[in-house]
Amino acid sequence: MKKKNQSPLLERSMGGLTSVIAALICIVVGLVLGLLFLLILDAQHAWKDGFVPIIQAGFRNVGNETLAKVGMNWMTVGQEIVEAAPLIMCGLSVAFAFKTGLFNIGAAGQYTLGAFGGMYSAIILHLPWWACLLVATLFGALWGAIPGLFKAFLNINEVITSIMFNWIGLYAVNTIIYGRGSGAMFNLKKAETYAIKEVSPQSVIPSKIFGWDMFQTFKYGSISIAIFLAILVAIVILIVLNKTTFGYELKACGSNAQAAKYAGINEKRSIVLSMVIAGALAGFGAGLYYLAGGAQWNPQDSTVLPSAGFDGISVALLASLNPIGCIFSGLFISHLSTGGAQMTQVYFPGEIADVVSGIIIYLCAFSSLFKGKVMGWLKGGKKAKEGQAQ
Amino acid sequence: MTLLIKYTLIYGIVLMLVALGACFSEHSGIINIAMEGIMVIGGVFGLLVLVMLPAGTSSFMKVLISICTAAAAGVVYSALLAFASINLKADQTIGGTALNLLATALALVLVKRYNNTMSGGTGTQSPKLSFVNSDFIFNIGPITVNVFLFVGLALLVIAIVVLYRTRFGMRLMACGEHPQAADSVGINVYRMRWCGVLISGFLGGIGGLAYIVPAVQVWNFESGVTGMGFLAIAVMIFGQWKPGRIFLAAMFFAVFKALANIYDSTFLTALNLTKEVYNMMPFIASMIILAFTSKNSRAPKAEGVPYDKGQR
Repeated sequence: MKKKNQSPLLERSMGGLTSVIAALICIVVGLVLGLLFLLILDAQHAWKDGFVPIIQAGFRNVGNETLAKVGMNWMTVGQEIVEAAPLIMCGLSVAFAFKTGLFNIGAAGQYTLGAFGGMYSAIILHLPWWACLLVATLFGALWGAIPGLFKAFLNINEVITSIMFNWIGLYAVNTIIYGRGSGAMFNLKKAETYAIKEVSPQSVIPSKIFGWDMFQTFKYGSISIAIFLAILVAIVILIVLNKTTFGYELKACGSNAQAAKYAGINEKRSIVLSMVIAGALAGFGAGLYYLAGGAQWNPQDSTVLPSAGFDGISVALLASLNPIGCIFSGLFISHLSTGGAQMTQVYFPGEIADVVSGIIIYLCAFSSLFKGKVMGWLKGGKKAKEGQAQ
Repeated sequence: MTLLIKYTLIYGIVLMLVALGACFSEHSGIINIAMEGIMVIGGVFGLLVLVMLPAGTSSFMKVLISICTAAAAGVVYSALLAFASINLKADQTIGGTALNLLATALALVLVKRYNNTMSGGTGTQSPKLSFVNSDFIFNIGPITVNVFLFVGLALLVIAIVVLYRTRFGMRLMACGEHPQAADSVGINVYRMRWCGVLISGFLGGIGGLAYIVPAVQVWNFESGVTGMGFLAIAVMIFGQWKPGRIFLAAMFFAVFKALANIYDSTFLTALNLTKEVYNMMPFIASMIILAFTSKNSRAPKAEGVPYDKGQR
């Protein structure tokens, strides 16, 4: 009965399977609790005007014949894809830092700075889109470096530092963009930054890839190849973390800084580099979103941090920190928040989607608990089968 | 000047209450990063009860009921953190972050829902809640103060006595320093940690209401409590986990926070800085101070580590 020589590949794929099952359990329980919440708020409309739209989300209009005639029935699906790209990137940012033992709650601030860098290079400098993305990435990396430096050299918990610098970054960006109403990027008429599409068309991320114009399919204004760039980065991060010495060093520092130091790894450098990369990923995500041409920054909403940064935490945890998993969980969180907006708003505010995703992360916090159970259950099932075969 | 004192007292008491809450939780061994969320929940429930009380209610009852509601809401909400981090041994930082996100979303749903009902179900989706705060504030000479000043000072004294002069306080701190040793002399570590977290919910809930009510008449819940919960955690670290020092640290930070409210009516206008710069100040100040004080940190030794009875 006792067979210890299971192949490592099988073991690993089973680990992956348990993570997927655990994530699905979190999602289902989260949705059920969300439904309960809807029932408490307004039992009469909970199902048809609340729960069904959340589940259908962007796909709600796909079968709508009136919209299909004008080719607009895939529009909200396009919206989901556009909003998924920054979520995937923020998820990667949080997941990367987590893998190296750091909790990057500062993705929101790095995202803010990235957005600023991207918009500045587009609106003021009129750079081509790839250069704008690069600037966004650099700004994010810079803002990520700060908590890294504080952690490495002053031993201050990165959670506190990143939260403080979230707010500092937000206020700084707002005051620079707004500039008392006369900021160079600020469009006084619309009370937001100038639309990149109008002032600098070459800075907008293209929507054509290999001859396929995504806009023709989805008819959603800011659809672009951003989603593919995000997927590409996810693959790169997977390779860096699992197949390179550099990634191994970073992970070693995360699991035991003392041991890593003893093994000759410069742990201070590793901490700073992890945070720089995490910040760069969040900044890149902001670039993907703001350079797609659909979104402008409103500096007078100066008390709200961009939610993508915090949703990134949900994305990363739901994916069990796996970079490829982040792609799927990013799409899912985007699906959920689009669904929130699809509810009949007279009965239910869209934030109910945020409540559901909040519940899901809360469950993710102790998902390792039932991950063990699922693992045992999977193994138990296998053993029983083996027993039968014998 | 009187304005500066007024706002410093408002924010100082808020930061102190919340930092004291975090301090109880950390002394029991649980990092409570959910203080921000607890404040939001305390604030939103306290306010909703305040605006829904019948018009004839006496001001004393209004104040008492809304504060009690805020405290109770904070306690209930913090129980979620306690359950996850003590019984299920979840990662305390992740659990706390989840509760922070959940709190803002919940508050928005409730406030929008309330506004919608008040306007007769027309679908008004305002995240802003208006209320009357006149029952909470009164004048002593030239300075406007609010009830939370007295509530806060009373709670500070109680906190000091409980933490240092009672068996409960000593046991609580033992659980944060060395839970195994505490367990070996018959202290129920799980129960002590539950108490620590629930006390932090109680103080955080009141703190949330104390932040929103005295200063304004309308609050936009989209911004939660604008990072005050996190500032309070910095105050607690700066105060070295000691109630007396926390009080002083809170007042120090509050001056910076108050400047953002009053800079345009003082000589500071000559400096020609924007409101955002003043809003940044408490955060920058806290980073500088943390940079200098972190080396000799006196954090409870076992904080952040889930207690497992079977572990040696």
